[in-house]
Amino acid sequence: MGVSGLRRVVITGLGPVTPIGMGAAAYAEAQRAGRSGVGPITHFDASDTASKIAGEVGGSLDEFIDPREARKLDRYVQLALAASELAARDSGLSAEELRGERVGTVVGSGIGGVKTFEDQAGVLHERGPGRISPMFIPMMIANMATGHVAMKFGATGPSSTVVTACATGTGSIGDAARYIQLDLADVMIAGGTEAAVTRIAIGGFSNMKALSTRNDSPETASRPFSATRDGFVLGEGAGIVILEEYEKAKKRGATIYAEIVGYGTSADAHHITMPAPEGRGAQVAMRMALNTAGVNPEQVGYVNAHGTSTHFNDLYETQGIKHVFGDHAGKLAVSSTKSMTGHLLGAAGAIEAIAVAQALRDGILPPTINLTDPDPALDLDYIPEGAREKQVEYVLSNSFAFGGQNAALLFKRV
Amino acid sequence: MATFDDVKDVIVDKLGVDADKVNPEARFVEDLGADSLETVELIMGLEDKFGVTISDEDAENIRTVQAAVDYIESKQ
Repeated sequence: MGVSGLRRVVITGLGPVTPIGMGAAAYAEAQRAGRSGVGPITHFDASDTASKIAGEVGGSLDEFIDPREARKLDRYVQLALAASELAARDSGLSAEELRGERVGTVVGSGIGGVKTFEDQAGVLHERGPGRISPMFIPMMIANMATGHVAMKFGATGPSSTVVTACATGTGSIGDAARYIQLDLADVMIAGGTEAAVTRIAIGGFSNMKALSTRNDSPETASRPFSATRDGFVLGEGAGIVILEEYEKAKKRGATIYAEIVGYGTSADAHHITMPAPEGRGAQVAMRMALNTAGVNPEQVGYVNAHGTSTHFNDLYETQGIKHVFGDHAGKLAVSSTKSMTGHLLGAAGAIEAIAVAQALRDGILPPTINLTDPDPALDLDYIPEGAREKQVEYVLSNSFAFGGQNAALLFKRV
Repeated sequence: MATFDDVKDVIVDKLGVDADKVNPEARFVEDLGADSLETVELIMGLEDKFGVTISDEDAENIRTVQAAVDYIESKQ
């Protein structure tokens, strides 16, 4: 954030592991094609859960993790390790440059190792506490993705783990950027990861009436801003980015996807799961992101919305955007890439930051798919027609969480 | 020999090592790279496989593949 005298932070490596593609190229291509990654659940027998669909990551992770090591890692950590490897490769940084105390790690997760928790709770009930695996705690706890990523690279610099439910990915990248701004690190490996397509998690979200039950049409189930939206579709995956101090990145000739210029967070202080009416808390985070960058709302060309496909998120987020952007809201492009990926909870903001970085770099805005029957109350330009060729200068990315926590990042074209 | 093969299966499964490294003299920590948590997993795995209960004191003394085989056979 040059305007405030802090060091500048840029994104130089992208590591998406998502239901619509693994790796930057596949992920970008799927967004351009407007492809859905949602399908019938295969990770467990979903015959008795209300929601039977999810965005699962297809394909093997063997390229990234020795299968024997993988047995000791919850899937949420495996996905993060794969994403971090992809991001590191994409950055072109050497193993030596990704090691040491000037390299930090912030890899958040909304829940952590819920599959491990589910499995070991079964052992507890069936066989008692004496049979619980000694690996239960180290596989399950929510900071272990950060720990494993740090170990993988030998990154001994600033390290923490953000756990703000669906705002985790955005908060992780925002917090990581601050370490570079404040000259506490030169490189940060940052993002979010989630692997909650499990029976207990689907059961829990289903009973909150949070999930879509459009089980007969998985590809069209995530339909943000549409009149017939009926909840979000759970997704799994991880998004990791390599953040670098701008001058150093420029000097080494790195591919710079985008600059992170603003970051805001807030709390609704309203309700455990319901967002505050008019997006009041979300507005605070959006304005903070703009103000920390000294950017006017009129300079922003695109908003990557939280856009979950739930009734209240889409309504209040739209209202919040209108309050923050005023008349300019009508000229903004706004889309929800969750229409394609599903909702990756703690990884959502991270893979959306990657989508934004690609949009700024390539001059192509990702669409909101499945928006064939718009909600009359929601009247922004949600890019319903498919990916749009348009070069914008500033992009805002929103993430809002259960617990009422909000996060927004502002990105700039470099 | 049957016991050895069964013990070997548990070791390969719990420690994630190659089967050909599991010889009678191999030490779990020094030769097979087991850390403290994996050692616990291994003992629990042997208990499950052979239907025995191994006390913490006994487990302390099971440091090699042969020691594990001898212990299991002494209990059967």
